[in-house]
Amino acid sequence: MSAVSLPPTATLSRGRSLRQDAWARLRQNRLAMACGTVLIGIVLLCYVGPLFCSHTIEAQNLDQGATPPSAEHWFGTDEAGRDLLVRVLTGGQVSLNVGALATLVSLIIGVAYGATAGYLGGRADSVMMRVVDVLYSLPFMVFVILLTVAFGRSMMLLYLAIGAVEWLTMARIVRAGVQAQARQEFVEAARSLGLSDSRIIFRHIVPNVLGPVIVYTTLTVPAVMLLEAALSFLGLGVQPPQSSWGSLIDQGAKSMETYPWLLGIPAGFFSLTLFCFNFVGDGLRDAIDVKSGKD
Amino acid sequence: MLSIRLFPLLCAVLAAVGLTGCGSGTMDAKEGAERKILLVGNGADPRFMDLHLVNSVSEHHLMMALFEGLVAEDPVKDAEAEPGVAERWESNPDKSVWTFHLRHNARWSDGVPVTAEDFVWSWRRMLTAALAAEYSQMLFALKNGREFYEQKVSAEAVGAKALDAHTLEVTLVGPTPHFILMLLHTSWWPVPRHTIEKYGDPLDRVNPWSQEGHMVGNGAFQLKRQLFRQVLEVEKNPQYWDAANVKIEGIRFYPIDSDSTEERLFRKGMLHVTEIVPLDKIPAYRRDHPGIFKQDPNTAVYFYRINTERPALKDPRVRQALAYALDRESIVRNVTRAGQKPAGGLVPAMEGYAAADLFKFDPEKARGLLAAAGYPGGQGFPKFEILINTSEAHRAIAEVVQQMWQQHLGISIGILNQDFGVYLDSMSRIDYDIMRGGWNADYLDPATFIDMWTTGNGNNNTHWSNPEFDRLVAAATQEGDGAKRFALLHQAEELVLAEVPAIPIYFYTRSRLVHPAVKEWHPKLLDNHPWKHFELISPPPASSMDSFWNR
Amino acid sequence: MLRFILRRLFQSLLVLGVVFTATFFLIRLKPGDPFAGEKAMPASVRAQMEKRYGLDLPVWKQYFVHAASFARGDLLPSLRYEGMPNAKIIADSFPVSLVIGLSALTVALGVGLPAGIIAALRKNTWLDYSAMSLAMLGICLPTFVMGPVLQWIFALKLGWLNVAGWFERSDWILPSATMGLIYAAYIARLTRGGMLEVLNQDFIRTARAKGVPGRQIVLGHALRGGLLPVVAFLGPAFAGITTGSFIIEKIFQLPGLGQHFVGSVFNSDYTLVQATTVFYAALLVLINLGTDILQAWLNPRVRLT
Repeated sequence: MSAVSLPPTATLSRGRSLRQDAWARLRQNRLAMACGTVLIGIVLLCYVGPLFCSHTIEAQNLDQGATPPSAEHWFGTDEAGRDLLVRVLTGGQVSLNVGALATLVSLIIGVAYGATAGYLGGRADSVMMRVVDVLYSLPFMVFVILLTVAFGRSMMLLYLAIGAVEWLTMARIVRAGVQAQARQEFVEAARSLGLSDSRIIFRHIVPNVLGPVIVYTTLTVPAVMLLEAALSFLGLGVQPPQSSWGSLIDQGAKSMETYPWLLGIPAGFFSLTLFCFNFVGDGLRDAIDVKSGKD
Repeated sequence: MLSIRLFPLLCAVLAAVGLTGCGSGTMDAKEGAERKILLVGNGADPRFMDLHLVNSVSEHHLMMALFEGLVAEDPVKDAEAEPGVAERWESNPDKSVWTFHLRHNARWSDGVPVTAEDFVWSWRRMLTAALAAEYSQMLFALKNGREFYEQKVSAEAVGAKALDAHTLEVTLVGPTPHFILMLLHTSWWPVPRHTIEKYGDPLDRVNPWSQEGHMVGNGAFQLKRQLFRQVLEVEKNPQYWDAANVKIEGIRFYPIDSDSTEERLFRKGMLHVTEIVPLDKIPAYRRDHPGIFKQDPNTAVYFYRINTERPALKDPRVRQALAYALDRESIVRNVTRAGQKPAGGLVPAMEGYAAADLFKFDPEKARGLLAAAGYPGGQGFPKFEILINTSEAHRAIAEVVQQMWQQHLGISIGILNQDFGVYLDSMSRIDYDIMRGGWNADYLDPATFIDMWTTGNGNNNTHWSNPEFDRLVAAATQEGDGAKRFALLHQAEELVLAEVPAIPIYFYTRSRLVHPAVKEWHPKLLDNHPWKHFELISPPPASSMDSFWNR
Repeated sequence: MLRFILRRLFQSLLVLGVVFTATFFLIRLKPGDPFAGEKAMPASVRAQMEKRYGLDLPVWKQYFVHAASFARGDLLPSLRYEGMPNAKIIADSFPVSLVIGLSALTVALGVGLPAGIIAALRKNTWLDYSAMSLAMLGICLPTFVMGPVLQWIFALKLGWLNVAGWFERSDWILPSATMGLIYAAYIARLTRGGMLEVLNQDFIRTARAKGVPGRQIVLGHALRGGLLPVVAFLGPAFAGITTGSFIIEKIFQLPGLGQHFVGSVFNSDYTLVQATTVFYAALLVLINLGTDILQAWLNPRVRLT
């Protein structure tokens, strides 16, 4: 802090007002607020709800297989006669964890890597981006299968690893933004003030590319959750009897015309979550967009 | 601006590629019936078209259209075969030497006669190790077959002799009462020497003789075109000796690998016969369309292999306990749902061989056995896993089994899902606790289900071994009397079942949807329906599905 | 510019080499072998097969044999589909995926760009919300749900199209729509974000102040800069779009390339894994090169180095 020649008080007060501005703008965005509320509701439901369920995820009643929603089973039962409500809620925990963890990992790696490459430019940038090309090209399925062989029994490790693969696009997007910013006047100014590269990158440039980063982050959450679903389709997802939204949707899709609720209910939760994520993401993007307030 | 420029460009590219896009048009079941073309869902693309290399069910179905052996599949009966290239045959009293009289009008699709020499040459090709034919061991039934394969004797020593162009004498290793049924397997059928040699080295696995445009066969149909992942079409072979009695003009085999896509295609009226019926659709089809839904018994068994060297699972009493704690009735009624039979043994019922009926659901007895083995109420039982490969049905069964063992024995287990390749690797390395397995017959004989449990057999994969069992199986192969042979096999099966290296679960059925345009449909135990006997009715008779088809 | 392209092409060759090497060793780490089936293969047969395809050699030797072939442009024959050259497998299936991919891209741009632009121009109005909701449809459901739903509506209920298969021109429509709707969602969101970013910049304000008509501002000035994130996203995505999707090809029974990416790995078809991966990598580096050039054109501040 002390190395900065700007008056610290000015930075602080301005920072606070920015945040307040952003919050005020976000509050004006009714759809984003509504979606945020729904999202919090879903998260609470998934984590707290199962504590109040009288059924367990694995208790079967084979002769009561695939019954539609009823007073006893609010969401009906699946083909093995298991309560769908508790399976959807605990499955939601898995999917939400996956979305959050993998996205966080990809965000951290992607922003750091992309920003560095974009700022440094030249040879370093070339090398770093060719490394991204290589990682992009490697067959994803080989990774996934090797990871399932290695960590098949620990889903969280698996999805952390998936996050580590998902950062590539983020890196490209951040790099493109940073490249555009790196040659603007304020960067030159910061450099002439003798600020360190990392400080310039992360304090001055990255905040300016936050817009696309937030948009892409909120695209990564659905992407990762969809990926989890696709892996379930290939049989590489969670191990039974554990469920995830992806695995429930996969099983539901196989009998969508016969037992529609087995698809409809988990897919409804899944879609609603992704939908809300997207609008909250757009709202956040708009909120932190400094210039938009002056419109 | 960008989008405005990009759009016409994209459209232009699309139009250009579109001109070269697709193959020929589609044909629906009605048009197929009218033009006498059978439309069949056939599961998968063939990996091989060389008769000697094929090893899958879908390939077998294609070969049944393109080739014919000495004897041919009977359209109705399971334990008999009808004449094929051979008009008639006889054997010596102990059924170890067989003489086949070939019909004079049997011809390859290029008009060249099929002779006894063709069979002799084909069998030698099959038995040459360099070809690496997976089913070459089927021909070890021939005298000196194994020795020739191991290059210990010359080709002339192999027990197959052409006495003249139309007489074939076959000498077997020992008495083989079921030899005629063995001959229904592709490994015994002839390949055209003159065509194979024309296109290259007969021992070259990738010799192009079996490609579209080159292939010559002797079946009722010949290859018309093959489009990978789209269709394989065969047309009537005018050179076929019985062509006058072949009532359809051709068959289109569609390699559809998704059961739900196949069902939707059938519902749209695009198929005559499906490969399978999706699990969840079975009850509705059975109830609403009984004339369409076919559920035939199938000679195959579903079981769980046990690694008999794992702690706890080493004890036969534990394995028995696991077997008695399964309510198979409930599994077939609620999970598999296609009328499967609960399996009390490892060999499905066949003519003259009744299926064993052990392991009636008995939780009391199971708990007793487990307690006797030192795990009362499941206490102290080590944690283990059921290994399955990716499939809706395997997962559903494993979840139910998991629950039953938990409930009745108090032991908790996990389920480990691997993709097929990794799963096979785990199986061959015997790196599992308990794993799902299945076995179907290459030809109709109980021994095909029993041999696999002998010591060191490549399909045993359980570490289980029992010298008395091995002795009984060996004795059965030397027994010329059918009934005595079955008795020996029964004894052997009882031995396996007593020690339970594998827990039988159910005997398969085969469910299909069959369009009413198909004149007759007969259940066949091995699911091999001879295409030459199919007939199509045009216009198709009214059916319960008409509301879908006449949209 | 030319020097830049030449240097990038040279780098691309290096990338391909690294990708090939990594793939070669990674796929061999996976348990399983290309000849396995449910019934055990007799040991003598397996030995023959391994000898035939050089799998009995030490791995480093195999590596040099394979690397030499690939360097010559010979992608070797498949191990699983014996006798079928990998180059032919790719040549047969890639056009199908390309057709589906390009029409999917048309759907994606056709839905995504207008939705994103409208949403940006009418920020936080109901028009914004409904345009974005519409664009969002494609990523709210996994493809293995969207595909069957489209089949059910358009093939079975309405009877307009075939359920599956690759026989008629109309067989493009459902798979392209299924795939296009996913990317439409991404494009709409990135467009909206990018546009908003640019619309607030000084040069647009200046243009507005000068009285340049709104339409011209949007199409002539804002779109050019606003599309940057879309281009950065589409570059790498393009290779994925045009090389097919395993799930879509399975649902619609298509003879595309996507099935081979997944199938070859499942089957441990080593040579096919190598061939498809190197092909994909080549496509990807070329497209990325194109993307970088396009980005430089869209944003003069980016210099090609």
